[in-house]
Amino acid sequence: MSGNVIEIIRTTGKEDDVPGVVARAVYEHPFIVRLCHWINTVALFVMVGSGLQIFRAFPSFGAKIPQKDLLHWPKAFAIGGWLGGALQWHLTFMWIYLGTGILYLGYQLFSGNYRQVLFVPRDLPGVWPMVKHYFFFGSKPAVREAYNPLQKQAYTSAIILGVLSVLTGLAVWKPIQFSWLAWMMGGFHYARIWHFAVMWAILFFVLGHLVMVILHGWNNFLSMLTGWKKDPEY
Amino acid sequence: MKNNARKMDEKKFRQVSRRELLKLTPVLALGAFAIPQWQEGLLKKGLGFSDWASARLFRSGHLAITFDNSELTPFAKFPINGYDVEDPGVIFESWTLTVSGAVQKPGAYTLAQVQALPRFRQNTRHVCVEGWDVIGRFGGARLSDFMQMIGADPTAKFITVNCADDYYESLDMATALHPQTFLCYEMYEQPLTREHGAPLRLQIPTKIGYKQAKYLTELKVTHVLDKVGYWEDQGYSWFYGM
Repeated sequence: MSGNVIEIIRTTGKEDDVPGVVARAVYEHPFIVRLCHWINTVALFVMVGSGLQIFRAFPSFGAKIPQKDLLHWPKAFAIGGWLGGALQWHLTFMWIYLGTGILYLGYQLFSGNYRQVLFVPRDLPGVWPMVKHYFFFGSKPAVREAYNPLQKQAYTSAIILGVLSVLTGLAVWKPIQFSWLAWMMGGFHYARIWHFAVMWAILFFVLGHLVMVILHGWNNFLSMLTGWKKDPEY
Repeated sequence: MKNNARKMDEKKFRQVSRRELLKLTPVLALGAFAIPQWQEGLLKKGLGFSDWASARLFRSGHLAITFDNSELTPFAKFPINGYDVEDPGVIFESWTLTVSGAVQKPGAYTLAQVQALPRFRQNTRHVCVEGWDVIGRFGGARLSDFMQMIGADPTAKFITVNCADDYYESLDMATALHPQTFLCYEMYEQPLTREHGAPLRLQIPTKIGYKQAKYLTELKVTHVLDKVGYWEDQGYSWFYGM
């Protein structure tokens, strides 16, 4: 795991200069991963915002007659202005969302970089110590790689949720052409519910993600922009 | 381990970091969607691409799922969604469907002529663009049978319809010829009621609700689409196949 680690040195330019190591850095996030991350950030924002505006047209999962609304989502926190406008945003950005998803998964798979985020059974014993550390003031387990077992679990879940958001969306958009998908979800009516539920699960991840980004500080945030993380803990 | 680490000058590291950051500038292209003058055009292109993809995904052999009578939404709970009025005041006695365009036998067709075609009934899901869905029992003639009767040009690409309430719609030929696409004159084995589009409406389970025009008065078979649809002109998807 130390293959990417470098030492940043400072030289004085004098003849008997001994370069001093001022920091260490590691290249954590390859270009494609960073590109997909930021395009997807925008795409997800638009998909959720327009999706909520679409939901506003019939904010229920029951019958139309009589209609019992589930929740009234404020228009100010939605994108598109009206149902038709929101559908334009949703049906446009879904291609961008899908595109970055495919590019990301393809890159991770073929480059082998997936090992950095994929949660595997080997990570299982490490989950509880991390939970204890984060939530119950447990001592911090040793950091050996970019992502700890809990992070791997979170990111792997997020990727699965991303795939599910596309599949449930496809079942809502094309319940007849992809009838097997709609059938797996219990038909069009339930596919719409699943699609909504997956959105909230993704928002839950995003909330946790943002909190952790803030807690982990500037160097960590910068690494998703430049790829390089200064002063890694490993 | 530390001794094996590559060394990099501070200045060089800043350079490398800046270069990696600049690589992300393509993301800013998404800002085009925030420019008011471009937004509408870009979203129209996106919607057009979705419609194009939808037409390619459409398979005539893929049938809408049909349901048992026990799964039907009660007729009283079948929503009535008109764009203007619930009853445009069609006079049934003198009503005809005016057929024009790329057909061998243009002219005015009576309801009796439509009803003389083989009658089919199906229990299918009706999905509204708003998000709700109901399961209804619909009866009528297959549009494809009617197209044969009027001698429609099989190479024509579209059909357009006009309605008594000034609503208008259009369909791709593949959907028009789909075996579940009906000229519907019955719901729940009763004659179509006025608020549901009497005497004749489109019933297309492979399409979203607003494509299924009520109170039909004119039907045109055409190679070029000169009129798209009322809701499409407000910004909705044209193809919107399920």
